[in-house]
Amino acid sequence: MLCECCQKNEATIHLTQMVDSKSRELHLCEGCAEESGMNVQSVMSIPEILFGLGVASNKPKEGDESFSASCPHCHMRDCDFKKTARLGCPHCYEAFTEELGPMLAAMHKGTQHAGKIPEYLQKNLEKAVLCENLQKALADAIRAEKYEEAALLRDRIREAGNAAG
Amino acid sequence: MLLDDLIHKPVAWLASDGASGIVVSTRIRLARNIEGLAFPGWAGDEECVRIQARVWEMLQSLKGLSPCLPVEMAALNAVDRDFLRERHLISNDLAQKMQGSGVVVRADEHLSVMVNEEDHLRLQAVRPGLQLKELWTEINDLDTQIEQHIHFAFSPSLGYLTACPTNVGTGLRASAMLHVPGLRLINEIDPIIKGLTKIGLAVRGLQGEGTEASGNMFQISNQMTLGESEAVIIDRLSRIVTEVAQHESNARARLQEQRGAYIEDYVGRAYGILCHARVLNSREALDMLSALRFGCELGIITNLQIAEVNRLVLYSMPGHLQKSEGRLIPPDERDYVRARLVRETVRHASF
Repeated sequence: MLCECCQKNEATIHLTQMVDSKSRELHLCEGCAEESGMNVQSVMSIPEILFGLGVASNKPKEGDESFSASCPHCHMRDCDFKKTARLGCPHCYEAFTEELGPMLAAMHKGTQHAGKIPEYLQKNLEKAVLCENLQKALADAIRAEKYEEAALLRDRIREAGNAAG
Repeated sequence: MLLDDLIHKPVAWLASDGASGIVVSTRIRLARNIEGLAFPGWAGDEECVRIQARVWEMLQSLKGLSPCLPVEMAALNAVDRDFLRERHLISNDLAQKMQGSGVVVRADEHLSVMVNEEDHLRLQAVRPGLQLKELWTEINDLDTQIEQHIHFAFSPSLGYLTACPTNVGTGLRASAMLHVPGLRLINEIDPIIKGLTKIGLAVRGLQGEGTEASGNMFQISNQMTLGESEAVIIDRLSRIVTEVAQHESNARARLQEQRGAYIEDYVGRAYGILCHARVLNSREALDMLSALRFGCELGIITNLQIAEVNRLVLYSMPGHLQKSEGRLIPPDERDYVRARLVRETVRHASF
């Protein structure tokens, strides 16, 4: 197949563009693709593709042109992330929750980790879950005006908290 | 042990005992990062040097990696980098790195840990054949040993936090390398690749990311790392790899039954070229050696062990070629040296 642009060279780059749910195909040779500003050497990364599809929102918020989210720990900005498709530090996952949420949902099976948990966190996690359950029970007890039970629950929460600390 | 000693050893992921099959090797890697520290790509050179210093001794002291060979990237020349990359001990990415990164390899090359590749730590386990479950047990154990020394970046909801969001969760990538000349000859490779891609698996060539399938080899790996446990990911991949291998063996049986002469011709031509060529580039060598391996497996070629063919595949690659000759060889001359090496081994085979 010949390049649609120069009509001379063999087309080696095949693009499919979706516009209003209609697809349009474009076949280019490497030279013409490069001329049109495409980086033909690098394969697009999944985050780049998702940004391109608008799955991940990378648009600045309306009415605030200077808006650029950044990670308070490593100072990576969302535009840096968009460029490299790599995050700066573990805290970036919190800093860019809004951008990452839909992206992770699109690229993975689920959004909740279901695998290994480091041993040193396992105990803490179990305690965290226990504390959360006790807190709920405490709130219920207070609502039901069962103050004796509430006092017991409060003591258990303190105990669990001390053990975890 | 020294890096130079590795050249005399059979590589861990190519069976050296003659037992070999459609599934050439399997691999698992885990991506891990240290709590609170910037990922290598964003950290800057000095920080990377500090991170490496923090884990370097610790990794060498691990029971799971003992006895080990620590290799710092800054100390390596281009040939050594190619050599390690071809043995799958370092990735294409790490091969580009300098100070502040390296790899600690267990002497048997089954287990290794790359430092400051895309993530602070990349653990890898590799074995010949389909052994994903065994690999998981082994790498999980190594991971737990490292956990005693450092706290990983981990979130209860997102799991292990990684530089690239495609690895977050388990940080686990399991892959199998398959040799599928039968499927290629009956033109069933493309539909299979399409099918695998549709169910969320990635298909790549022999040298990993960004490479096309050459030498009739391709790699199948999981793409999703969040939302499923390691056991589920590994179990699914094992089942699919077994199924593709079954397709390949059906294809072989069909080809032998219906197109025996065609197969003999395919293998014979490769044998002829390998016996007599004076100039062989790596791509041609890989394709022809794949056909020869196919011939050995079908019994068309005798007096040649599959392990010998495997060895040739590896030693005809640029890094191994230059390292075993003990000198830098310009690309043109490599093709002569490669042809000679291949001829010497293939000569005693019978067709």
